[in-house]
Amino acid sequence: MSTFFQTLIVGLRLGSIYALIALGYTMVYGIIRLINFAHGDFIMVGGYTVIFTIPLVLRLGAPAWVSVLAAVVVCALVGMSTELIAYRPVRKKGTNMTALITAIAMSLFLENLAQAIPVIGPNPKVSTQIFRAGGIRFGTVTMEYTTIFTLIISAVIMLVLYTFTQKTRLGRAMRCVSEDKAAATLMGINVNHTILLTFGIGSALAAVAALMYLAQYPKVYTTMGGLLGLKAFVSAVLGGIGIIPGAMLGGIVIGLVESFTTSYISSSMADTFVFLILIIVLVIKPAGILGKNVGEKV
Amino acid sequence: MNLKKTSNGYLLNTVVIVLLFTAFQILTKVKGSDGSFKLVLVPSLWQCCYLMVLACSLNLVLGFMGQLSLGHCGFMAVGAYTAALLSLACERSGFFTGKSDPMFLLVMIASFLAAGTLSALLSLLVGIPALRLKGDYLAIITLGFGMIIVNIINNLPFCGQDGLALGSAAASLYKNGLGFGSKAKVQFLWFALIVTILSLTLMFMFVRSKYGRAIRAIRDDEIAASASGVNVAGFKVLTFAYSGFFAGIAGALYACTNATLSTSSFAFTNGGILNSTFVVVMVVLGGMGSLTGSAVAAAIMFFVNYQIKNGTWVDLLPSSVKGIFEYPMLVYALVLIVVILFRPKGIFGSYEFSLQNLIPDLRRAAAQRKAARQERKEARANG
Repeated sequence: MSTFFQTLIVGLRLGSIYALIALGYTMVYGIIRLINFAHGDFIMVGGYTVIFTIPLVLRLGAPAWVSVLAAVVVCALVGMSTELIAYRPVRKKGTNMTALITAIAMSLFLENLAQAIPVIGPNPKVSTQIFRAGGIRFGTVTMEYTTIFTLIISAVIMLVLYTFTQKTRLGRAMRCVSEDKAAATLMGINVNHTILLTFGIGSALAAVAALMYLAQYPKVYTTMGGLLGLKAFVSAVLGGIGIIPGAMLGGIVIGLVESFTTSYISSSMADTFVFLILIIVLVIKPAGILGKNVGEKV
Repeated sequence: MNLKKTSNGYLLNTVVIVLLFTAFQILTKVKGSDGSFKLVLVPSLWQCCYLMVLACSLNLVLGFMGQLSLGHCGFMAVGAYTAALLSLACERSGFFTGKSDPMFLLVMIASFLAAGTLSALLSLLVGIPALRLKGDYLAIITLGFGMIIVNIINNLPFCGQDGLALGSAAASLYKNGLGFGSKAKVQFLWFALIVTILSLTLMFMFVRSKYGRAIRAIRDDEIAASASGVNVAGFKVLTFAYSGFFAGIAGALYACTNATLSTSSFAFTNGGILNSTFVVVMVVLGGMGSLTGSAVAAAIMFFVNYQIKNGTWVDLLPSSVKGIFEYPMLVYALVLIVVILFRPKGIFGSYEFSLQNLIPDLRRAAAQRKAARQERKEARANG
């Protein structure tokens, strides 16, 4: 029974990291219909920023996790400049597919640029302890502080984000743009600014996810965003892409499936089960768990 | 009259291909043992062959049917492992000894066909859920299938995580099975070329047939196509299987080219240019809906990649620029972004290169350019 609870906790923690990344995917997809392949690499950027700012932060006497603030700023800047330099010109000229290729090229570019920077290099870097070590025991189950902080922070962020998109003017503008760009322009919304803002928020979430990932697996390398981003994207699609609560739900489901297959079936087959669940769910509900099946107009 | 034009086109293409092929055979005979020919040109040709077949096979699904598939290399992996394991099994059971055995040719053909058939069957499996899904949901399902295939191959005891590179199978794949050394690559180059030409021709004929017209109708408007009596479900599954067959053939060619197999070559992304994402890049770069475009793009991508990594001109660059070339994929990404910015519809668009129409097409393009220039001049004069 304690294995079950331990697995559940691990799954929730992993799931909330996936959910945070998936939110970035889903927001960008919702607004410009582009699978942002470079999003995984924003996590890598965030990870390195955290690693490099931790010594500075510690010297100032603040706890290590404060470095996430720097990561948030850097990631948001990287995300917004990606949109400005690469995606916007292509979006004006090309089709959806060319935008997709640009995203792939951007991801490749970021990964290899990081390797070309001498302080980063191709070898992994190890981070120091981010949250306090140890944890609270409930009977036979241990809740590590890392887990507790991860769950709390991601829950708070999701709540804030949801309120932001539902209640504020900027959030409403974002939802308008994703529904109908032309109509949004007519209503006086600056579409390009809104898209830029979306990229900023999505990338900032990736930075937070990077911190949580590092808290658990204290190692960064230039290709760390690959599989992490892929699974997050899968979570976004599973929940129904473009839908914010869907990304959260999808992330948690994927995290739980992964941790349960790892501890009960086989650790090397975990990916197979993650994707198998995905395929089964999508065959039953083709628009994702929370997605609505829109009938086609003729 | 139209029919006559088509058959004339086929005749012309056949003649040119046969001429080129004979010329190449003679070249091989003359220069077969030459160092750079054996070690650079021939291996490059082998790699181009499988990249071309792979890119064209994806173009059937992506360019002509309009369904984004992100797991194409998964089928290639199935083909590669099937061909390699089958040839190894034949060798171990004593069916043939050595590469000069005439039976080896038979085994080679058999393993290519088996590779194609098995991956076609697996593609059928993907095609069926594809009927219910569209756009990015379909993309993610194919991506999932690609990952599952690679993951399962990793966990099969006779394939293993490190592929056939380690353990008892390795040496024998290289020496006795389909894995070709540089000498055998020269010896069997004709086989690779014929397989490639045959595959491209079959795909080309598919696209030109009534099936090709049907899948293009599905791409343009699924509802209108089904209203006009096109069996949408049937054609989708058929095209997936057909494309999967050639992905398997490409995999078998890959198994011949590389003496070792490892699943990391067939992943969704990796450090090189052979992965599911880059096949999509090849197709889009060449132009969706142009088979010749895909073939050309595959060759160009290979060439650029090779030149960035091994080109002698890199040494001539000033040292500040040369620093970037230590990271080939960085240069590659930049090249890709620039190409996409300047030719957003791909190199060929939906234009098919053809020998027969080359001269009229060139003339028309020149006329169009002239008209555009004239228009610009007039606009400048007026404005």
